[in-house]
Amino acid sequence: MGERSAVAEGLRAYRLIAGMWIRSSMTYRTSFVVTVLGNLTVTGLDFVGILLMFSQVDSLGGWSLPEVAFLYGLSVTSFGIADLALGSMDVLGARMRDGSFDTLLVRPAPVLAQVGADRFALRRLGRITQGTVVLGWALASVDVDWSASKVLLVPVMVVSGAAIFSAVFVAGASFQIYAQDAAEVQNAFTYGGTTLLQYPPTVFGKDLVRGVTFMLPLAFVNWVPATYVLGRPYPVGLPGWTAFASPLVAAVCCVLAGMAWRTGLRSYRSTGS
Amino acid sequence: MGSGRLYAAVAAGGFRRYATYRAATVAGVFTNTVFGVILVYTYLALWHEKPHLGGYDQAQAVTYVWLGQCLYATLAIQGGGAEKDLMERIRTGEIAVDLYRPADLQLWWLAGDVGRALFQMLGRGVVPFVFGAVFFPMALPTDVTPWAAFGVTLLLATVVSFALRYLAALSVFWLMDGMGVNQVLTVTGIFFSGMVLPLNAFPGTLGEVVRVLPWAAQIQMPADVLMGETDPLGAFAFQAAWAVALLAAGRLLQSAATRRVVVQGG
Repeated sequence: MGERSAVAEGLRAYRLIAGMWIRSSMTYRTSFVVTVLGNLTVTGLDFVGILLMFSQVDSLGGWSLPEVAFLYGLSVTSFGIADLALGSMDVLGARMRDGSFDTLLVRPAPVLAQVGADRFALRRLGRITQGTVVLGWALASVDVDWSASKVLLVPVMVVSGAAIFSAVFVAGASFQIYAQDAAEVQNAFTYGGTTLLQYPPTVFGKDLVRGVTFMLPLAFVNWVPATYVLGRPYPVGLPGWTAFASPLVAAVCCVLAGMAWRTGLRSYRSTGS
Repeated sequence: MGSGRLYAAVAAGGFRRYATYRAATVAGVFTNTVFGVILVYTYLALWHEKPHLGGYDQAQAVTYVWLGQCLYATLAIQGGGAEKDLMERIRTGEIAVDLYRPADLQLWWLAGDVGRALFQMLGRGVVPFVFGAVFFPMALPTDVTPWAAFGVTLLLATVVSFALRYLAALSVFWLMDGMGVNQVLTVTGIFFSGMVLPLNAFPGTLGEVVRVLPWAAQIQMPADVLMGETDPLGAFAFQAAWAVALLAAGRLLQSAATRRVVVQGG
């Protein structure tokens, strides 16, 4: 089986499994609507926190509310897409402990597609909706001299950001194959990552900004390209062209995460339970 | 066996149960530390713009952050303590076994939750707090008296936290499913306990309201007592009043529920 057909096979399996979970969640429509609203409220709380902060001050780290909302909207929308696609990967540890992971290994479909689509939860649309609304408000109110390249960069950021976060999810899942009981470590990078990116880079220490630029390149989700859109210098002194490097960074992250996943799968030993 | 010893044994069981998951505990310590670092930087930026926001200086704001990370799992701010098991037992009907025991239902679950809280604090809370104290300037008392008073507020905070979650869990007798209640617990817990922002930094009327709600007993009170921002006796009275009121409400709801209980399953 060639590489191309393996990808097609994976997508097909993903679509079938996700479709099954969507149908199941639609059985109880009211319950579904309530959980979407609940999800919207939970994810909206951190923006309420930012609004509360700005009720006391006019700027944070030298950035205005629309600028921070721009970062927030980009970070949450990208993360929301990755979370919708692969958010169930944090139950991988539990699946390995109770032995049900073994079932996935013997099925004739790519394991990554099966794990990613497992318990596919359409209620996670709540986060994407919330992020998009804030992003829309930010785009309307931020003080930017819009050019074609700046306008084009916004959707590119959302898609590349979603790919970078997806890579983090897959890398985290690969780590869980070794750690088994450490789903929370993954949360530190996924939820922690999106929280970090909601605030301007100027807020954080130099070393932390360097770390999420060069080691775990989360900065390319929004910080680096957004500084170009907003016309600010990037704090680590990266050259201007890096604002357009997000798709490349995302591609490298995905390849590395894919390799980590394969290595992890090969080393998997069942618990035997 | 005396009833005191019985509840102590239940508490010890709660402690041991959580102590079993060592890798999960280490992972939790890591996560709380990462979130603490992110929050500390944002708070420092906020307090840089507006010094003495809510009456705190920068060191106090930093202390508040790490205390929040220490108490997050301890007080099950987001839910996920004893009430989770209780809801499940009500849903499946296993609650019938609990009702049949020659022990008080509320005290039984309180004891288990206190044991859980104690483990979460020692296993998961202390390390991020110490990390914060080592790497960031904090406002910690050197005297033993504030620390002792802090210990009392922690105990009272644990009881208030449990009493709130117990009420939420009992609602499952009527709702049959805890998903919605759990979401409400998460939202109210995070927002009103002051995980988003210290309650004394909330603006205007909103601030006045959130500071008298029971959630204020959970992080705000222990933090203010530790840093000498409030009179300890007043804080104890506030926490104890909410603890008594909520536990009493729990008793009322419990007797209403057990009178009409129809055991699920079979």
